[in-house]
Amino acid sequence: MNGIHDMGGMDGFGPVQRETNEPVFHEPWEGRVFAMNISGVGRPPSTIDAGRHGIERLDPARYLASSYYERWLARMEEAIVAGGALSRDEIEAKIKEFSANRDLPVPRREDPAAAEQISLLLRTGNPVTRTILRKPRFAVGDRVMTRNLNPHGHTRLPRYTRGKHGVITAHHGAHVFPDTNAHGLGENPQHLYTVRISARELWGDTAETNECVLIDLWESYLANDSSGTKPPPPRGPAKAKSAKSKASSRSRESSRVQSKSIRKKAR
Amino acid sequence: MSEQQSEKGHHHPRPLSLSALRAKAIEALLVEKGLLASDVIDRIVETYENDVGPLYGAKVVAHAWCDPDYKRRLLRDGTAAIAELGFGGVQGEHMQVVENTPRIHNVVCCTLCSCYPWPVLGLPPVWYKSFEYRARIVREPRAVLQECGLDLPPNVELRVWDSSSELRYLVLPERPPDTEGMSEAELAALVTRDSMIGIAKAGRAKG
Repeated sequence: MNGIHDMGGMDGFGPVQRETNEPVFHEPWEGRVFAMNISGVGRPPSTIDAGRHGIERLDPARYLASSYYERWLARMEEAIVAGGALSRDEIEAKIKEFSANRDLPVPRREDPAAAEQISLLLRTGNPVTRTILRKPRFAVGDRVMTRNLNPHGHTRLPRYTRGKHGVITAHHGAHVFPDTNAHGLGENPQHLYTVRISARELWGDTAETNECVLIDLWESYLANDSSGTKPPPPRGPAKAKSAKSKASSRSRESSRVQSKSIRKKAR
Repeated sequence: MSEQQSEKGHHHPRPLSLSALRAKAIEALLVEKGLLASDVIDRIVETYENDVGPLYGAKVVAHAWCDPDYKRRLLRDGTAAIAELGFGGVQGEHMQVVENTPRIHNVVCCTLCSCYPWPVLGLPPVWYKSFEYRARIVREPRAVLQECGLDLPPNVELRVWDSSSELRYLVLPERPPDTEGMSEAELAALVTRDSMIGIAKAGRAKG
């Protein structure tokens, strides 16, 4: 979906601000929400792709106004309510209870075997590589064109990389296909490739000549590059000049023009 | 530390935020219905608060600096080489290690969400998940690196890895100069989190 989450290349956010000695979680609730998400409690079995799509589907204004773990909390609550384990009314009533009595503890239930099991799962993970019979359509070095796909559902083809010329730099075997897996439509594993797309191709002639994005794309996101000759690096007027230094000073100039930061929650 | 301890206790005297209340309510209800085991949640929190973190990645990097054969294996099959040192798991199932050199600088991001190699770096810092970083690093990486204090010479090629699949990327930073006599443990102490994401060089400011 062409959602607010698809941020690559957007302007207006301002400088990257880093925190020194940052804690893993800034508040205890962030850790609890993170862990409840990871353990999948209260929800029907789900996939990582469906989980990501849950965050993408949050209202855009809410997405922007929320911190990272607030988005996880919202996604988790949606899934728990949709799965029927809890109702909104129950949750709201419990919030009232807790806000009326701050000392009320969260009840505990212990399950040591399950705790051991989760430790094992964290250590082993969930590989998404699959064996398929279909031969890969592309090989390392092939020139490809990313397709201009705009599905309303989940996809891992960001807007800024659509309809671009690129070169295959690696083939990673077949991986579960997020676009169907997120919607319960099956894993449909496809060959996965790393595609190198030059900054000039992505952002035009003012981009640096010696920069690129490397992105992992599934086979159905890609088409043969039929334009033939010499697509990826510099195209357009700047190519004729091949003036590397000019290009880089121009770009440094433009990067100095910093847009003002939209002030919002930092995390 | 569980949440109720922190409220009753003396660590967080201020009132609970709405999110904290909501999280607490959901956890309590799931426990009451027998759907959640509190120690499972504790275990996950503890794992990422106290155990898994950038020290693991630093060991991988320092080992690669000291052992050329290991470095070759690491660059060829990151997952297997990292598992040799006992690291791996969720969000590191398919590891790719990319090497910085005097001519090539790699930096990692995830523009669509915040994918990050948990088993070697722990959970991502806020800036990595920020809209600012996700929006800008693919578009004006040199400017972003400069803001982070890393001035790359113009002739260095800059490669930005956008983690769109379940492959997870770890940058193998350059070994700092004048470190010949150092032990692997001493070297690991120079490997910052930020240098393994690619917004800093190893051996400089702390991550």
